[in-house]
Formats: sequence, C-alpha cells, structure tokens
Amino acid sequence: MAFGPHLLLATLEGLVNSAVLALTALGLSLVFGVMRVVNVAHGEFYMLGAVLAWWVASLVSGHPALGFLVALVVSPLIVGAIALASERLVLRRLEYNPESTIVATIGLLYIFQQAALTFYGPEARPVEAPFSYRVLLPWFGYSGYKLAVIAASALLLAGTWYMLTRTKIGLVMRATQYDRETAQAFGIPVTKVYAGVFALGAMLAAVAAVLTVPISQAHYLMGRDPLLLSFIVVIIGGLGSLRGTVIAALLVGLSDGIISVFYTPTLAKIIATLLVAMVLVFRPQGLFGTAAR
Amino acid sequence: MSGESSPAKHYGLHAALIALLAVLAFLLPEYHHGVFARVMVLAVFAMGYNLLFGYAGLLSLGHAMFFSAGLYGAGLTMVHLGWGVLPAFAAGLVAGALLSLAIGFLALRTTGVAFMIVTMMFAQVFYLALFYFGSWTRGDEGLVIAQGQRRLSFAGVDLDLTSPVTRYFAALALFSLVLVVTLAVVRSRFGRVLVAIRENEERTRMLGFDAFANKLAATVLSGVICAAAGAAYAILFGYVGATFASIQYSILPLLWVLLGGAATTLGPLVGTLLMFYLIDSSGDLLKAWLPGWNLSSLGIVGVALVLLILFFPKGILGTVRERWVRWLP
Repeated sequence: MAFGPHLLLATLEGLVNSAVLALTALGLSLVFGVMRVVNVAHGEFYMLGAVLAWWVASLVSGHPALGFLVALVVSPLIVGAIALASERLVLRRLEYNPESTIVATIGLLYIFQQAALTFYGPEARPVEAPFSYRVLLPWFGYSGYKLAVIAASALLLAGTWYMLTRTKIGLVMRATQYDRETAQAFGIPVTKVYAGVFALGAMLAAVAAVLTVPISQAHYLMGRDPLLLSFIVVIIGGLGSLRGTVIAALLVGLSDGIISVFYTPTLAKIIATLLVAMVLVFRPQGLFGTAAR
Repeated sequence: MSGESSPAKHYGLHAALIALLAVLAFLLPEYHHGVFARVMVLAVFAMGYNLLFGYAGLLSLGHAMFFSAGLYGAGLTMVHLGWGVLPAFAAGLVAGALLSLAIGFLALRTTGVAFMIVTMMFAQVFYLALFYFGSWTRGDEGLVIAQGQRRLSFAGVDLDLTSPVTRYFAALALFSLVLVVTLAVVRSRFGRVLVAIRENEERTRMLGFDAFANKLAATVLSGVICAAAGAAYAILFGYVGATFASIQYSILPLLWVLLGGAATTLGPLVGTLLMFYLIDSSGDLLKAWLPGWNLSSLGIVGVALVLLILFFPKGILGTVRERWVRWLP
C-alpha cells in the first residue's frame, strides 16, 4: 500500500480508538469533576461492560444484531447498578476522601477482576458484530461497523453534552461540581447526585466497551489500557472539562493509532505516558483547562 | 510524640524483635524458614514505602520502580558485567538513589491526587522501558542470576548466599539495619518535620522549614531503602523480572503498610508477614471450599484493601498504639 492510503487507514483506526476512548474518558472525567474522586476501578467498569455484553449476547438467539442491541442496553444498566452499589457501600462511607477512595477503588479493581475471572473465565471471547457490511474504498475495504462505532460515539457524546448543559439534571450536576456546600444549602440532594454521577460514569465506560467488543474481544484483564489511556486523556484535557476531554481523546486516539502503525507500540506508549506525566507536573490544570479556583 | 518516650524502651523493643527473628532461624520448619527470609526482604520494601506514606504523608503509587531500580541495578550488572555481590548491591542502591532523586524532583511539584497519578505514570514508563530494552532485561521472562555468582567473599570468609541459613541471616541483617535506621529517622528532628508536613504542610513552611527539601530527602531515603530491598531480592533469590515493576508491586507495599499500621516502625513487617500468610493459606482453603472458582490472590488483595480502608484505616499496630501502647514508635 502507498503512503497516502496507509495514512488514511491509520487515521480511520485512530478515529475508532478516539471514539471509544472519548466515551470512557468522559465517564472518568465526570466522576472526578463532580465528586473529586479518582476512580481507579473505571477500567474495570469497561471490562465488566464487555464481559456482560458477551454474556447477554450469548443468551439471545436469532440474528446477531438482536443480541448486540440487547447487550447495548442491558450491559450498561447492570454495570450502572454495580457502580451504584459500590458508591453506596464503599465510597460514601469514606465521605469521598480523595486518598481513601483511591485505595478503595484499587481494591474494587481487584475484586471486579476476580469476579470476572471466576464467573467468566480467563478466555478472551468476541461478540458478533450486528452487521458485516464493508465499505469499499478505492484502496481497501473498511469495516462498516467501525464507522458505525464512530457515529454512535459522536451521538452519545452529543447527548451527554446536551444533558450537562441544557437540562435540569445537568444544571444540578454542575452546581454540585462548582460548590458542593452551597449546592446542598440550596436543597440539591448532593449524595444522590454523587451516586447518579458515579453510575453514569461507569455506564459510559460500559457503553464504550459494548461498542468495542465486536472489534476486540472481552477479557478479564482488558480494563488496564483503557484506564491508563483515560487518565492520559483526562489529564491532558483538564480534569472535569468535557470539551477538553473530547479534544484530548481525539488527539491521543489519533496519535496512538498513527504512531503505532509506523513505530513500535511500546515506544509510543512510553513517550505518551512520559509526556502526560510532564503535563501533570508542569501544567496540572491540563492543556485545555483553566487554573483551579 | 515519639520523641517524648525514652530511647531505651524504643531500641529495646526493636532489639528484642531482631533477637526473636534470629532465634526463629533455628526453630522454624524449612518451608516457613524460606517464607520468613522472603518476607523480611519485602518488609524492607514496605519500610521504605512507610517512610514516605506513613510519616511524610505522601501516597505514591509508583514505588515498584524504586524496588525494580535496585533489582535491575544489581541483577543487570551481575548478569551482563559479571560483577560481584557487593558492587552489584551498591549499583542497585545508586540506581535507586538517582531515580528517586529525579522522580522526587519532578513529582513533588504536585500534591495529593496528582502526586499519586504522576508517580503511577512514571512507574508505568519504567515498566514499559523494561520491555523496550528487552534484549538486556528479557522482559516478563526475566533473568536468572547464576548460583556461582551469588556468593560473598571478604577477609577470608566465604558466604554462599544461596544456602537457606546464610540467606536468612543476610535478609535479617538488611532488615535489622533498615529497621534501626527507620527508628533513628523517626525519632530525629527530620522525622518530626516529616510528620509536621503530613499534618499541616503550610504551617510547617510558615515555621521556617523547607517543605520541598524535606520531602525530597524523604523520597530519596525511601527510594534507596526500597532499592536496597530490590537489590537484596535479586541477589538472595536469584531472579529478576519485569513483574516486579508492574503496578501490582506498587500497590502491595501500600497494602502491607495499611494492614500493619502506617507510621509505625514495626507495622510494615507485621503487615507483610500477615498478608503473605493470608494469601498463602487462604488460597488452599478457598480452593477446597469453592472448587472451580478460579480464585487467585487478586480477590483477596482487593477485599483486604477495601475492608482495611473502610473499617480499619489505622492498621493493626496503629490501633494498638491508639488504644493500648501509647509509646509505640
């Protein structure tokens, strides 16, 4: 393949990465922004989403699209319920202390991994894509499903943006993020908002995972890379900034896709991680964020 | 707090513990003998972690890189350059000192949550670099240090560090040294400044202390102690692998210190020992009770972390100190 088409392919792969990453990172960003909790178990909600998608799809018989669609709805709901339970049973009892919650979510990470290993097993399993249409470009054929993933992610991101900026729920969430005590004084049920945000963040990761399962497989250790990449995205984009998160996801996803086509992925990861650590050291508000109050 | 108590009580207690461990060398059955040697080396790792986390209040999620700096500093020089035990150990310490100085210099510009993430990311870079330089480190597969190299000869004495008894006493010597150093640091002015920084950094700075310099010194001391544990691990157990640099080995010392009691000198040993036996024994028990559940140490570590942070945040010795033995350092 010539350089031009090769670059196009790399860009398309990068866009698919970005689309999935933006959703996952947005969940992490929301939880941090509103609750000031760094959820280390976020990658495991992604993993649970994928594993549950396989389970749900395997229960539904008939056309693969049917199983996939049911999984797309049911799996995030179950993950949301699990997140809600973790929030009630663990995070709330710690009064959302930043350091304690990190330790606790590390514990949750291991518990979820263990649960997946016990009930799902160590194998990697795929979910069949809902359709197998290939878009024929002059140089190569490209999976129509991957393009659909980009579209679905864009829709979900737009929906989340609309909810945050144009609805009452979003207003309440932003008020809680801006000033927890004042929000409480104005009658906003802060603990309910926290529970809702934590569940929503986990569900975003789960949806992203369900969308990816037909492309990559479900495995009990699959949460590690998304966690690290989401951290990178959220840090570069500025913690708690939705616009920054989406831009950073594009940046990271595209460059990850393009760099790993042309260079070794290990070196790409080393450079990306190092750069992000440096951003956090020298510009803690992120590249697009504004300084904390 | 700790400074008010008499030094005799403190040093007496620690000397008694060291003596007890020395006696145990002759009483323990073979299997537990080996476990204790390993636990003492890992407890050194935990003590290094505790210095920074317990006393200075800095929660790092990247200490695996300091342990591995020592591990690889000693291991690589022995395997590729054929160095002897003592220079290789020194190489491990130097690697740990340089790395912790550089990381401390950068990471200490951040605080709180950002500090945890930054240390975790630097550790991740270190971990990935081990794979990138796989032709020397052999990545996950790791390197085995030849038995013949793991012996120490000086002044006419020839010690074979692969024999269980010598290994136990080598581990005990390192453990005792680090334990006494930790106790001395904790009782010193420097140690009290660290606690002051943990309790209220701004006020400490206002009193005229250089918070950054003190935290940097604590980071380097902690890094060197962890590197000493890593170098000793490579030399005593003869294996060097990238697993020791993974995120799990950054979390384990946190777990050990939380269990034993953060900011207690003896907590790291208690935590490491208990956790080792908990994972060791519960593995078999759970397999017998719940066959086919694929239980690994993952779940036990996870449940232990959550339960500790929820119900027992001070750990075992922290609670003992709070309730009964006020003078415990």
